[in-house]
Amino acid sequence: MKRLAPYLLILPGGLWLLIFLVVPMVFMASVSTQEGDIINGFVQTFDFSVYGDALTRYQTQFLRSVGYGLVGTVVSIAMAYPVAYWIAFRGGSRKSTYLLLVLLPFFVSFVLRTVSWKFLLADDGLLLSPLKSMGLVAQDFHVLQTTVAVIGGLVYNYLPFMILPIYVALERIDPRVVEAAQDLYAARSQAFTKVVLPLSLPGVFAGVLMTFVPMTADYVNAGILGGPSNTMIGNIIQTEYLVNTDYPTAAALSFTLMAVMLVGIFAYARALGTENVLEAAAR
Amino acid sequence: MDPRSNPALLRGMTHSRSVTRRDALRLAGLSAAGLALAGCGIQGKKPAATPKKDAVTDFWTGKQRNGTLRFANWPLYIDKDGKKYPSLEMFTADTGIKVSYQEVIQEIPSFFGKIQPLLAAGNDIGHDLMVLTNGIHLGRAIQLDYLAPLDHSKLPNFAANAAQKVKNPPWDPGNAHTIPWTVGLTGIAYNPKYVDEVKSVEDLWNPKYKGKVGMMSDSEEIANFGLFALGVDPDTSTEADWRRAAERLQAQRDTGLVRKYYENDYVDALARGDVWITMAWSGDIFQQVAEGKDLKFVVPQEGGTIWTDNMCIPRTAQNPVDALTYMDYVYQPKIATILVEAINYITPVPATKDLVLADAAKQSGEDRTALEQLANSPMIYPSEADMARLRSYVTLDGAKEKAFESIFQPITQG
Repeated sequence: MKRLAPYLLILPGGLWLLIFLVVPMVFMASVSTQEGDIINGFVQTFDFSVYGDALTRYQTQFLRSVGYGLVGTVVSIAMAYPVAYWIAFRGGSRKSTYLLLVLLPFFVSFVLRTVSWKFLLADDGLLLSPLKSMGLVAQDFHVLQTTVAVIGGLVYNYLPFMILPIYVALERIDPRVVEAAQDLYAARSQAFTKVVLPLSLPGVFAGVLMTFVPMTADYVNAGILGGPSNTMIGNIIQTEYLVNTDYPTAAALSFTLMAVMLVGIFAYARALGTENVLEAAAR
Repeated sequence: MDPRSNPALLRGMTHSRSVTRRDALRLAGLSAAGLALAGCGIQGKKPAATPKKDAVTDFWTGKQRNGTLRFANWPLYIDKDGKKYPSLEMFTADTGIKVSYQEVIQEIPSFFGKIQPLLAAGNDIGHDLMVLTNGIHLGRAIQLDYLAPLDHSKLPNFAANAAQKVKNPPWDPGNAHTIPWTVGLTGIAYNPKYVDEVKSVEDLWNPKYKGKVGMMSDSEEIANFGLFALGVDPDTSTEADWRRAAERLQAQRDTGLVRKYYENDYVDALARGDVWITMAWSGDIFQQVAEGKDLKFVVPQEGGTIWTDNMCIPRTAQNPVDALTYMDYVYQPKIATILVEAINYITPVPATKDLVLADAAKQSGEDRTALEQLANSPMIYPSEADMARLRSYVTLDGAKEKAFESIFQPITQG
C-alpha cells in the first residue's frame, strides 16, 4: 500500500490530464494531417503540406502575435517589478491588502474589462474628448484600433500574472542577505543588482511563462481593441475553426504556435541557466 | 478505429457517456497509442442526389404535440414586457404549448460551431426551433440534412399571409426547411454631423472619411458591397468579379480608410463617434433613431443587401410538432404586428402595415408618433424603388465557398 500511495496521489490529476489534454491533442494532431471539408468529411492523408501552407498564408499574423507577446511581456516586467518590489519590501503589515488589490480586477469578467476600455478610449470618449477640446491632440487622433491599444489591453489583462510570481520571489529573499551586502560596503544599487535581482530572476521567469504564452495566443484583445492590421494568430485560428470549419488548418496553426512557444521558452530557460531557473520557479 | 465505420466512437468523442469498465479499458488503449487514432477522419455527409419525395412524411409520421417548445433566438428579437413575453403567452393560451424562450444566438458561426457536433452525432441540441440567417452556415445545415423538412400542409397562415418576395428563396427552394422570422437590409448608416448626404457606396471610399469608415467583418457582407462598387450583381457574379471586388476592398483598407471590420459592435462605434459612416443593418439604425440619435440609413443607389433570419427545426428536435405550430402561429397578421412593433426589422407579413397604423390611431402622443414612424419607415416597409435595388448574398456551394472565403477573408483578417 505504501508503495502505491504516490501513484494513487497522482491518479486523479494524471487521469484528468490524460483524458482532457493528451487525448484531444493526439486527436488534433491527427486532424492537422487530414484533408477534406465538412460536407464530404475529412480523410486522414498524413499530408503535412497544410503546415507549410498555413504558415505562408498567415506568417504576418504569426510574427505579429509573437511580437505583441514579447513587447507586452517586457512592458509587464517593467511595470510589475517595481510594484512587486514595493509590496515585498515596503508593504509592511498591509501586504495582503495590496495583493488583494492587485487581484481585484479578476473579480470582473475578462471580456467585460476589455470592453470597458472601448468606452474609456472612444474617439469622443472620457479620455480623448477633453484632450481634443483642449487642442492637445488632433481631431482625428484615436487610440482604439491601434497597436498601442491591443498591447495595452494585453498588458492590462495579464499584469497580475507577472506581479505575483515576482512578489513571491522577492518576498522569499532573506533581508539579512541584503544587510550583509551593505555591511560589506555594497552601495544600495550594487546590493540590488548583485543580490536582489539575481535572487528574483526565477520569479521573473515564472512571470514570463505566465504572461508571454497566453498573450501570444490571445484573441480577445485584438478582437475588441484592434483594427484591421492588428489581427493575431488566435483570431485566425478561431476563424478557421468556427467560420471556415477548416479543421486541419486550425489544428496545424495551433500546433505550430505550441512548438514555437515551447522552443522559445526552453531557449530562454537555457539562457538563464536551466536547472536553477526551472527548479527555483517550481519551488 | 475509423469513426466513419464506428459511430459509437464518434459519439463518444462528441458527448458525455456513462463509462463501463470495458469502455475505460478501450479509452486507455486509445490514449496510450497515438497511432490508434491515426487513420481517423471526421465524418461528413454528402447530400442525397435527389431529395426523397417522402422525406416530409417520413419525418412527421408518428410525431405528436408534446405541449412544450424550446425556442432559441437572438437577443432583443421578440416583444418583451418586463420579464414576460406577451406574444408567447398568447401562444400558450391559444395552443396550450408552454414555451421556454432562450436568447442564446449572438452570432451564427459560433452558434453553429456549438450545435454542429451534436447534430452530426444525431443528438438533441436543447432547442426545437432556432433562428438562423441565410448564408454559408444555413446552407451547410441544409446540405448536411440537419434540418427537419417542413410540412407545408401545417403552415396555412404562412401560405396565406407571407409576402411573395420571401417565398421560395434561392437558398431554400420551396421553403423546404425554413420560413422567415424577419428580414433585414444591409445599407449605409452615417452621422449627418460629420458626413454630407450619402447616396452611393463610393462614399465608403471617400478619402474625407479616412479612418472613420466602418465595414463588416463577415465575408458575405463585404463581398456584396465590393461588388456593388463595381456595378456587378452578386446573383450573377463570377470568381473573376470577386477578385476585382476584393482588390477594391483591399485598396480601401490599405489606404487607411477602414477603421475596423466590425461584427455587431459597429452600432456602438457609430453611436460613440468612432466611425462616421459604416455598413449597417436597418433594424439597428431604426432603433438608434427611435432612441433619439441623429443617424441616417440609406440603401445605396448601386444596391443594398437583403437577408433573412429564418425559423427552422433541427432534425433532432424533441418537440418538432410544437415548433411547427409556432412557426405558423406567428404568420397571423395580429401576431406579426406585435412582433414588428417590438423588433423593428422588416416583417414577412405585409398586412401588418395597416394594423400598425390602426394601433397608432388608438394611441396618442409619443406612442402614436413612434408607431406612425414605424409604419412609414423605409427601413421597416421598404419602398418599391429600394426593393428593386436589393440583392441577396452570393449563393455558394461547397467548392465555390472555399474560393470565396480565400478571396475575401484575407481582407478582414489582415
